[in-house]
Amino acid sequence: MKKEGKIQVWQDYQKEIASDHYFYVRSCIRQNFFPGSEQTFLKILREELNRDIYENPHHTTCSGIGYHSDVVPFDTIQTIVARQFALMTEAGYKNLAVSCITSFGIYNEIIETWKEFPAELEKVRSLLKKATGREFEVPENVAHASDIIYKFKEDIAGKKKFSLINQLTGKPLKIVEHIGCHYSKMFPCKGVGGAEFPHVLVGMIESWGGEVIDYPERRHCCGFGFRQYLVMSNRGYSLSNSRKKFESMEPYKPDAILCNCPGCPMFLDRWQYVIEEMEGKTYGENGHGIPVVTYEELAGLVLGYNPWDMGMQMHQTNVEPLLDKLGITYDPKLKYARKDGKMIGSPMMVGCGC
Amino acid sequence: MKEFGYTIIKQRTIDYDQFNGRLLNEILLMEPSFKVCLSCGGCTATCSAGDLVNFNIRRMNLLLRRGETAELESEIQKCMLCGKCMLVCPRGINLRNVIMLIKKNISRNKTTKY
Repeated sequence: MKKEGKIQVWQDYQKEIASDHYFYVRSCIRQNFFPGSEQTFLKILREELNRDIYENPHHTTCSGIGYHSDVVPFDTIQTIVARQFALMTEAGYKNLAVSCITSFGIYNEIIETWKEFPAELEKVRSLLKKATGREFEVPENVAHASDIIYKFKEDIAGKKKFSLINQLTGKPLKIVEHIGCHYSKMFPCKGVGGAEFPHVLVGMIESWGGEVIDYPERRHCCGFGFRQYLVMSNRGYSLSNSRKKFESMEPYKPDAILCNCPGCPMFLDRWQYVIEEMEGKTYGENGHGIPVVTYEELAGLVLGYNPWDMGMQMHQTNVEPLLDKLGITYDPKLKYARKDGKMIGSPMMVGCGC
Repeated sequence: MKEFGYTIIKQRTIDYDQFNGRLLNEILLMEPSFKVCLSCGGCTATCSAGDLVNFNIRRMNLLLRRGETAELESEIQKCMLCGKCMLVCPRGINLRNVIMLIKKNISRNKTTKY
């Protein structure tokens, strides 16, 4: 589709994103895969944008992975979600900020269910009251954390220390974006820009000086797919999905892959390492992989944060090629060092492109 | 290669941009009656080999037109050249000649450049 057409679609799919006072709910898997991303998000909102964002340590999983794997019934997940809303209500917040794309889809699915079937809402209120004694209000605004960074992308651009410009060539960095399936494929109106041409990551890349690269399998799933990954013997399905995307994007020579879902960067990152081990194939330049970053990490890099403080050493496809292009200086010796100087231990498996 | 407990699944996508029509064009040139096949499946229904093993002549036509030469080469070895398919073909296609040409040309194309 031509750019003019996309702009029309983007105008048709604009959502309201709250501007302050967020109740933040973390992602289960992101805290394990890329633990620095959520901390970076909180730091940006609190210290760079001076926004009020609160998180409650009693928050639990939304149980979305169990739900999508058919082991958690719908009544159960509704009640678990109602408990999260009760924590928000008790803390006096009305705007939900969701870190996880799966959770974002779950919250939207359940809220839409309650709109269509009010009896379900009353049933869940009753179940939660009996189980925990808690009461809750439905959030006034549900935004994914990437929506919030999108909303403040120009503020971040105003504070940036680095632009998405290749310092070696002077040209904009070529970045491919990958949107989590549950962000807007289920409810197009809940995503900035709709399902076909989401603008949420495109907006960030363009505002910070980069160039978005289109490629044939752009909207294809990363391959996480819950049941494709949870059982080891099924993981070939997951791996093959990611490989399909890598093969499709490779001719366009992207400098980085940007994701807004907790699962996608994990798989697009890890599978590059696995494909290198299985086939000896790498998709980046000079035998490197294509660095995969989250939108919080990219925002942090633009704002001049130390990549090792953001946990970017946890990536299995090394991010150094991207850091070099951005002109960010880093000390390779400190890659696996804690802030107090002690080493956290280097990985036994060597990352992709080493 | 490290063992991970799973493997990469080969893509089944047929990329027509990569399609090499050499074998198909040769067969149609050498046995023009094959152009009028209407894929009725009569050949497959009466096939002696198909009665004993998993073999489908109509599928040979499909593999040929899709350029899936490797699978075509292995499948076509199952034909016993009995010629019953020619007796039932409503278009009178010389299917035995088609099979022989496919075998011969696949073998020849491996050693000659197009």
